[in-house]
Amino acid sequence: MAASSRAVNTSPAYGAQLKKFAIYGMVTMFGITVAFIFLLPFGNMALMSVKTTDQITESATGLIWPMEPETFTYEGENYDVYEVPMPDGTTRQLALVEPTRRVSQFIDPSNPEAGLIEWEGNWRALNRVSYLFPHWENFAEAWDLINFPLLFRNTLIIAVVGMIGTLASSTVVAYAFARFPIPGKNIWFIILIGTIILPSQVTLIPTYAFFAKIGWVGTWLPLIVPHFFANAFNVFLLRQFFMTLPRELDEAAMIDGAGPARVLWSVIIPQSWAAIIAVGMFHFIFAWNDYFSPLIYLLGKPDLQVISVGVQAFNFTYGPRPELVQATSLMAMLLPLFLFFIAQKVFMRGVVITGVEK
Amino acid sequence: MSSINQAAALPSEAAQPDTTKKKMSLERQQRLWGWIFLSPWLIGFVIFTLAPIIASLIFTFTNFNLGTEGITWAGLDNWNKLLSDPLTLQSLGVTFKFSLIAIPILLFVPILLASLLNSPSLKGKRILRTLFYLPYVIPAVSAIFIWQSFLNSEAGWLNRGLELLGVQDPPHWFEDAAWILPSFVMIGLWGIGNAMLTTMATMQGVPTELYQAAEVDGAGTLTKWRRITLPMISPVIFYNLVLLTIGILNYFVVPWIITRGTGRPGNAAYFFNMHLYKTAFAYGDMGYGAALAWLIFIIGLVVTIVLFATSRRWVYYASGDS
Repeated sequence: MAASSRAVNTSPAYGAQLKKFAIYGMVTMFGITVAFIFLLPFGNMALMSVKTTDQITESATGLIWPMEPETFTYEGENYDVYEVPMPDGTTRQLALVEPTRRVSQFIDPSNPEAGLIEWEGNWRALNRVSYLFPHWENFAEAWDLINFPLLFRNTLIIAVVGMIGTLASSTVVAYAFARFPIPGKNIWFIILIGTIILPSQVTLIPTYAFFAKIGWVGTWLPLIVPHFFANAFNVFLLRQFFMTLPRELDEAAMIDGAGPARVLWSVIIPQSWAAIIAVGMFHFIFAWNDYFSPLIYLLGKPDLQVISVGVQAFNFTYGPRPELVQATSLMAMLLPLFLFFIAQKVFMRGVVITGVEK
Repeated sequence: MSSINQAAALPSEAAQPDTTKKKMSLERQQRLWGWIFLSPWLIGFVIFTLAPIIASLIFTFTNFNLGTEGITWAGLDNWNKLLSDPLTLQSLGVTFKFSLIAIPILLFVPILLASLLNSPSLKGKRILRTLFYLPYVIPAVSAIFIWQSFLNSEAGWLNRGLELLGVQDPPHWFEDAAWILPSFVMIGLWGIGNAMLTTMATMQGVPTELYQAAEVDGAGTLTKWRRITLPMISPVIFYNLVLLTIGILNYFVVPWIITRGTGRPGNAAYFFNMHLYKTAFAYGDMGYGAALAWLIFIIGLVVTIVLFATSRRWVYYASGDS
């Protein structure tokens, strides 16, 4: 009640209001602070991506922004500009023409006709004048170096075709679980869910050997075809959704002579867009971000490579150019971020359905 | 498996559409359609899960190298090698040590965040929720490089910030054997989005009468959180714990990229899956690789069984419904 005791108006209602607002303010400020710290690495990346390598090295000494040192051209030569404290107490921005340890010669960029200005003191103690200059050209350079259009196209094709596969198969399988009297259905369902907690390594080597045997290693097929056989998370989400749909509509359609496939297509799917979009988004973002499968299946095929591995391989080659690594990392995440922002409501509801209803 | 059983036990049998004399044949027809619609998953399960599990068990008893054609019988050699290979024990140790740091933090931070985001005194909930979820949707590779520069001991903002706060000699995160695993946990914080969302949604489902009753008994905010919220959300905590455990058993990309496959400094970041990847794909030793895969499979199975067995003691299921 500290806030209310200090308030001028001491009516109890006013005090309670004030206390409520104080708590609102504190909790909200705290939330914003935590979010700010949580997302700080993005700021580090964004600023680094528009610096030069030298500026990044310099940033260890305190520069946060991409600053370029100011220079002044005098009689055909470039001179650095410094903040120079003058004997009369003012500070002037002067270009250093002739540095010596005790006495240096400066020129005033705004008034070069006045000639050289002599200044006593150690010029090394002076601060340089610099201005903000983001190096946007880093993005153009990174774009060309990683062959961004190629990586983008490859990843897009793999993600979209796989998405179609998982949508088609998961919808059908979820329909089977939601509506049909399959013998042993509960056991099948437990096995399906069990595959979620199966460590993927145990199937990795034979699957790889199998794909190698049939000549699929070095192609996109291992990254696409398995998604045409449904996936436990997606089936679960869709099944949960289908089970909330009233059966009366199915039955009405059946009485009108619709077969099971027709019911799925004309009755179930039109009511389930929210869940279907969520599944499509999950798969697209998963495929876009996937690193391990393309790493093993597209090894040594740079023309077929996807963006995750492309960015990582680029870093291994261009590690000494951290600004380009940050620029490529930013470019790789723009599409999933964009999709997430436009469909976040559906996306987050999908997460909740799979997570909470188990 | 109780939590999964519940989902499976939902009333889901198809209601009998009608009771005409054709009922039997209709039911058979329905079953047939059921099998047809189920078949994509059944076929995929056999090809991509069941057969590979069995095949990898068989591989463990063979010398099978992708480079050199042909398989020879190896008996128990690969299994014996598991015990004698110092890197196997080493990398299991790293993975275990990491789980000891990562699991408590990555389990509780989402709960704390969800509590904050569900606070009635918080304004701008939806924006904050989106912001906390956001790093989850970006490629792991991007996130890793972003953190790599953020934690750079010279130019990274974290150490610059720590210096500003007066920390004399901030850690050299990825170069220091003592700090590299905690650094990975920090990166892991960017993956808590799902856990946070599911926890939030479960918290919103806790009946308000429980809180009202506790208030009548004079319970404070913290008591209510500890005595009501935590037990009521224990199923989702358990679910997140299982997913986290599986995530650690599959942990690969972060240490692989940060250490460029070396596991340095020393072997402090040489995780089990890096050992598996190198054995199977860099050296092509698929037989021994399969034995490593089966080892982690068995460990995962044991851990999961232990988790489910102990869950009866601390996971609270309100009722039969989901």
